[in-house]
Amino acid sequence: MSIHLTAAPRAGSLKTWLAAPVPASRLQARAQQIWRAIWRLRSNTSALFGFAIILLLLLMAIFAPLIATHDIYAQDLSARLQPPSRAHFFGTDELGRDIFSRIVFGARITLYIAILTAAIAAPVGLIVGTTAGYLGGWVDIVLMRIVDVFLAFPSLVLALAFVAALGPGIENSVIAISLASWPPIARLARAETLTIRKSDYVAAARLQGASSWQIIRSDIVPMCIPSVVVRITLNMAAIILTAAGLGFLGLGAQPPSPEWGAMLSTGREFMLTSWWIAAIPGCSILLASLAFNLFGDGLRDILDPRHG
Amino acid sequence: MDRPLIAIEDLRIRFPGAHRSNDAVRGISFTIGREKVGIVGESGSGKSLTGRAILKLTPNSARITARRMEFDGIDLLSASERQMRSIRGNRISMILQDPKFSLNPLMRVGNQIIEAYRLHHRVDVGEAKRRALAMLEAVHIREPERVFRQFPHEVSGGMGQRIMIAMMLIPEPDLIIADEPTSALDVTVRRQVLSILDELLTRRGTGLMFISHDLNLVADFCDRVLVMYAGRIMEDIPARDLHKAQHPYTRALLDSLPRLDHPVDELKIPSRDPAWLLEDTADEGAVA
Amino acid sequence: MKDSTDNLIETRALSVTFGEGASANRVVNEVSFHIVRGEAYGLIGESGCGKSTILQALVGLNTAYDGAILYDGQEVPHRREKSFFRKVQMVFQDPYASLHPRKIVHQVLLEPLRIHGFDQHEERISAVLDAVGLGRDFRYRYPHELSGGQRQRVAIARALIIEPETLLLDEPTSALDVSVQAEILNLLKKLRRERKLTYLMVTHDLAVVTHICGRVGMMNQGEIIEELSADEIRDLRAVKDYTRVFLAASIGSRASRSISQEVLPL
Repeated sequence: MSIHLTAAPRAGSLKTWLAAPVPASRLQARAQQIWRAIWRLRSNTSALFGFAIILLLLLMAIFAPLIATHDIYAQDLSARLQPPSRAHFFGTDELGRDIFSRIVFGARITLYIAILTAAIAAPVGLIVGTTAGYLGGWVDIVLMRIVDVFLAFPSLVLALAFVAALGPGIENSVIAISLASWPPIARLARAETLTIRKSDYVAAARLQGASSWQIIRSDIVPMCIPSVVVRITLNMAAIILTAAGLGFLGLGAQPPSPEWGAMLSTGREFMLTSWWIAAIPGCSILLASLAFNLFGDGLRDILDPRHG
Repeated sequence: MDRPLIAIEDLRIRFPGAHRSNDAVRGISFTIGREKVGIVGESGSGKSLTGRAILKLTPNSARITARRMEFDGIDLLSASERQMRSIRGNRISMILQDPKFSLNPLMRVGNQIIEAYRLHHRVDVGEAKRRALAMLEAVHIREPERVFRQFPHEVSGGMGQRIMIAMMLIPEPDLIIADEPTSALDVTVRRQVLSILDELLTRRGTGLMFISHDLNLVADFCDRVLVMYAGRIMEDIPARDLHKAQHPYTRALLDSLPRLDHPVDELKIPSRDPAWLLEDTADEGAVA
Repeated sequence: MKDSTDNLIETRALSVTFGEGASANRVVNEVSFHIVRGEAYGLIGESGCGKSTILQALVGLNTAYDGAILYDGQEVPHRREKSFFRKVQMVFQDPYASLHPRKIVHQVLLEPLRIHGFDQHEERISAVLDAVGLGRDFRYRYPHELSGGQRQRVAIARALIIEPETLLLDEPTSALDVSVQAEILNLLKKLRRERKLTYLMVTHDLAVVTHICGRVGMMNQGEIIEELSADEIRDLRAVKDYTRVFLAASIGSRASRSISQEVLPL
């Protein structure tokens, strides 16, 4: 792998540091853990494939201005509905805009929505779930009934309702999707917490005089994080699809922004004559959500405590 | 003595790994006749794997090699899965540590015993039921009719293990492999279960391979003891001579146990000699 | 107010009931016993006799008990205060379950120090690791990198680092191999001698309990039916039938097997 080659000058010392049988500091112990996890991930082909696509998407999003061949807003009605060619890798849309460039910039929007949603939903779900699970009693009842209410709606319908209330736009769809995606995380975290709270190491922490809050923070949350990370990675696919769905319905990103779902939506009209307008954004959505699914499965293999 | 039931020569079990292969059993040889043989060792000594290797129930990743591995003249190494199925349960039975995990929780106890019997004997249900009830009686269950209709979660640990013994003995196997059969039981129950097992084995002349970590229990119950350490047999000794054991490892294991009749202030901690792991057969050389 | 005797731990008619109404199951039934400061006391019995439940109630993991628990002459509140844990610590049965799988040894030992406001963290961690016979190399290891015996040493170090006066031991060696059991038992004996600790040990193993404890309470069906000294156990001077059966079964001989069959219903 090229990443290792670039580190070649220090690789010898770094490798011995990572492989040292007796770690000499906390940092080294932690680094060795991560190193071994990466090592295990390397043997998982499909996860690696997913990771590669995610990496590609990230690079595409970061370096979008360099990669894009055309101005994404520039309309050229003389060159509308062009099939894929050397000038336009993925052809042009009904307004003559370059689809390749729009897909490249669209990656920014998709990843922005996915990452921001994960960053909101995961901590909220984690805190609600672990608190409810560990404290139990009426705290548990109240929090979980709220979760039940949220879970009673399909996530796209819930997101639709919120967007309808808040008004269309990327930020609002992030909020709407976050509201729809924290409850399953809370459920998961609570279920994990219920088994963890019975364990001897939590009993040991109580016997040391640790407070409930200290136990949640330092004993329970670290045990829940891996499964939450796995779940949120797998959820990324659903988040991307929901975002695309909102865009498709005209409630997410607004034209002319190159959001994949919105692109798919406009391409629908020309699908029979110009397949690429709908197919390219559709495949992008498919590939991105597939990548997150594969990577999430791989992560589960290495992170889930039940798998060692 | 007649032909041994189990004859094993130079059995090796290896788990190939990406970086380093793990030798779990390193060239052991032993025979078991119609007798009670105890296999004793600490965790990781390879004792359970040896038992499972005879039934070919080792994990898929395990590589088993042996110069000879025979059961009653049948070569187990070359036996097909079909042949093994006819041996398992019918001619060799296995009793595991915790009956909770080896009984089907959704099936009544009686039906499980009937099924075990009918798997290997072509008889009708009525006949099988009669035999199952007789078997429950043979393991000293007072009300076999009642227990017959119970589900596994309704019986106690000692009762569960007696049911397991009934189930394993009803096809009248030639050999029983018992892997820590009494470790999950209380001391007072343990003795009862063992005496029932002993009684049935003696009556039918069945061979027993008794795998345990408890040296005293094995010495008390078995005729012969094999002491294993790190995949090798350290000592093969008649049970009644165990207190006269010569091998330093066997001695150390005995000395590390606190004893009622001989109180000491500090227990001996076994020191392990790397030389014990060296192969004494010249043609093979040492294993890395 | 203080009692005139030097009882460090005392229970008065301690009862624990699980469940309510018709399905109520009284697991511990009015148990009263006492442990003198510096003594090693053992509770022995078979599974389900209530010995572990007593331990849970004593240490405050189960607050739903009836009767009184006195520590150092004072009745302790059902919900224990931090100062109680400063004096009483516990070692669990299964060292594979009692250490947090994602914490290195250093963190395991640091947390109790922080909670109870100790200073000189690094010095204390080094000292306690030395005391339990683990080198300083173990400081940055995760539990899964340690053997069962090493884990139990870490668990003992965690209990000892805040310098308690009493250790409650819940079958501390039953999950370990015999040779490792010998190491841990030796360590427990040494630590008690050096630090003048009071032990309460719960176990089903007669040989282990007489090795560590001077006085033993025999439990059956939620009650302490008999208290014996270690010497009385060695000489098999038990009064109650159940104790005699238990002793005979534990010592083990072909003869004793027939005894246990006679007395216990099958």
